[in-house]
Amino acid sequence: MTREEIIQNGTKVYSRPRLLNKNNMHYCPGCSHGVVHKLVAEIIDEMGLEHDAIGIAPVGCAVFAYNYIDIDWAEAAHGRAPALATAISRLRPDKVVFTYQGDGDLAAIGSAETIHACTRGENIVIIMINNGIYGMTGGQMSPCTLEGAKTATTPYGRRHDLNGFPLKVADVVSLLDGTCYVTRQAVHTPGAVRKAKAALKKAFKNAQEKKGTSFVEIVSTCNSGWKMSPEKSNKWMEENMFAHYPLGDLKDTTK
Amino acid sequence: MKAEVKLMKGNEAIARAAIRYGADGYFGYPITPQSEVLETLEAEMPWETTGMVVLQAESEVASINMVYGGAAAGKAVMTSSSSPGVSLMQEGISYLAASELPALIVNVMRGGPGLGTIQPSQADYFQATKGGGHGDYHIIVLAPSTVQEMADFVALGFDLAFKYRTPAMIMADGVVGQMMEKVVLPEQRPRRTNEQIARECPWALTGKPDSRKPNIITSLELDSAIMEKNNERFQETYRRIQENEVRYEERFTDDAEYLIVAFGSVARICLKAIEDARKKGIKVGLIRPITLWPFPYKEIARVAEHTKGILCVELNAGQMVEDVRLAVGDKVPVRHFGRMGGIVPAPQEVLDALEHDFHINSL
Amino acid sequence: MKDEIIIAGFGGQGVLSMGKILAYAALENDQEVTWMPSYGPEQRGGTANVTVILSDEPISSPVLSEYDTAVILNQQSLDKFESRVKPGGVLIYDPYDIHHAPTRTDIDVVAVPAMEATIAMGQAKAYNMILLGALLAKRPDVPVEAVVRGLKKALPERHHHLIPVNEQAIRKGMELVG
Repeated sequence: MTREEIIQNGTKVYSRPRLLNKNNMHYCPGCSHGVVHKLVAEIIDEMGLEHDAIGIAPVGCAVFAYNYIDIDWAEAAHGRAPALATAISRLRPDKVVFTYQGDGDLAAIGSAETIHACTRGENIVIIMINNGIYGMTGGQMSPCTLEGAKTATTPYGRRHDLNGFPLKVADVVSLLDGTCYVTRQAVHTPGAVRKAKAALKKAFKNAQEKKGTSFVEIVSTCNSGWKMSPEKSNKWMEENMFAHYPLGDLKDTTK
Repeated sequence: MKAEVKLMKGNEAIARAAIRYGADGYFGYPITPQSEVLETLEAEMPWETTGMVVLQAESEVASINMVYGGAAAGKAVMTSSSSPGVSLMQEGISYLAASELPALIVNVMRGGPGLGTIQPSQADYFQATKGGGHGDYHIIVLAPSTVQEMADFVALGFDLAFKYRTPAMIMADGVVGQMMEKVVLPEQRPRRTNEQIARECPWALTGKPDSRKPNIITSLELDSAIMEKNNERFQETYRRIQENEVRYEERFTDDAEYLIVAFGSVARICLKAIEDARKKGIKVGLIRPITLWPFPYKEIARVAEHTKGILCVELNAGQMVEDVRLAVGDKVPVRHFGRMGGIVPAPQEVLDALEHDFHINSL
Repeated sequence: MKDEIIIAGFGGQGVLSMGKILAYAALENDQEVTWMPSYGPEQRGGTANVTVILSDEPISSPVLSEYDTAVILNQQSLDKFESRVKPGGVLIYDPYDIHHAPTRTDIDVVAVPAMEATIAMGQAKAYNMILLGALLAKRPDVPVEAVVRGLKKALPERHHHLIPVNEQAIRKGMELVG
């Protein structure tokens, strides 16, 4: 059978999102980024925001996010995505602006920009992929690295007496008056992906309706950095990451 | 708002001129001696009139990155700070240059290094004219010497920034920032519409219409061959700027036996010294570089030909003097007179230095 | 006409605002003017000073080596600036708390008992305006009417009810000089 013969009217239940282009992704097999990119592309399309969404890419593994989703993007200096998003959102209130960052970019070098964008209640979406590691630079400790986790800069495991405790960013920003929606999701199972998509969609709606800052953390794996197979990474995430970063909404003032 | 004559500080002039230029946004962080820029803007509430966005950021780092975001959207955006704050902005300025984004940065310099002093200085000349941040780049640097120029250079800076898609800097010293003078503010210009921006800045982030591919504003290019091409394009822009945008003021040079080169408020102190020198029969002329980058090398070399010596006067340990030496080589002796740490020399000190350095026995 | 003026005293005595009102008066009078607060080598020892230049021509340096007119409000400033008044210039000072009076004979030295007059008026804020009045009497660079108009521009609106007191103080200062 040919491809066309297989795809009959009504039989196609899944396809590449229209706005996710065919560039080969540079992400490692098993990485959560691909799934979240797909969700963002779907949501922008479904909400009719193709002409109005502006994305801010970080420094880190998602630095090339702009190569994959066909909308306008700016690539920020390390940690500064919320500053760019603040300006664009204020200068173009007719647009929907989101940042797409990792936990190293957002929670370490970008902690000030994150906290102040959230406390000002900028009408933007902040997406944080939390895999507890600096993936791009070769697997060093990030603020969100769990205690005991071995990384390139904590070769014997993170110790709080040496390296401090893992930072719960979503908990911090949920305390700020400017955030309207703070949630922690994952994309390791089909069910989790559906929930994450609903959460992201809500966040984009909030930005569109000028309700304040929405912060969506996606607890993720980094099988390369963690030095585990994708399958084992998922299991390790469920057993260890979710214990420290439990999934669910931390705050929703829009209900 | 029609053009009008007012008395105001240089810092205030910057703020009011920005509103009248039709600037779209200002993002800044308080630091002495330039906080009046942000204070004036907040008091004027331009968001109620022209729609200009004014935001006090959490740091100079955030300010310059907000400028980066606004510039990426094709908007006329600016920030202002003083020396330590401008040091913090250097990474962002490098990104702006590499992403070929127009923006206006104001540095009302104070004495350094470090936290230094809040008094006037010109010690950031190297930083502004030789790059400042990492990588091979230049920004256009304008040095105002009057409150009027503080106002005028806002429009000039923005216009040049957009013409060449490069950051421009107004590099003032604390004297011009803090002193009051008469200034004629221009008529209010309308802010550009989003449609105009989409037309005039086809590279800007406007949300992707069906008619074009996505616009990506980035300074990242991992392919070295492409990155070298990018650099060649930047250098070509810098060459065009050097050819077309050199600005300077020349006074009393026709019969000058000695030449003073100075910029900013110091040029005015030197002008007074020159007036006093001429009363004593010493023929001195002045060249005041208005653009510190591009620097008026040729113009200084031309005037230097018929002089016996050049004195470069600066509020630093000797920075612009290196460019003056590059301009004239060893044809004419070049000396430097500088005060540091926030000290501003009086005209008599300049004249004393000139007479001493060139062994002039006045009549 | 060109008048290069230094006004010097302690911070808080109204030095900068006296200069500012003079500057606004010059603006009202269509003159060129620069107002340069306490920057420069003379800024040591906790004093505040301001250089105001009034001129019919464009002004070059806002920072000066010597002055046509000095208005001196304390001993430190007198010590610093007496020698820097040009020959034939004017030095106005308040003898209150001055232990070593000016000694120059080639300039016009004018003692204005402004502190005493302030106490007599019962208006502490009038002090600098009394001295400004004295300055206007000795150096009529700008008419008093322009100064009153300048006051309106220099003072924030919430202080406009103080304008009559200020004007009264300026006239008092003019009287003191005679």
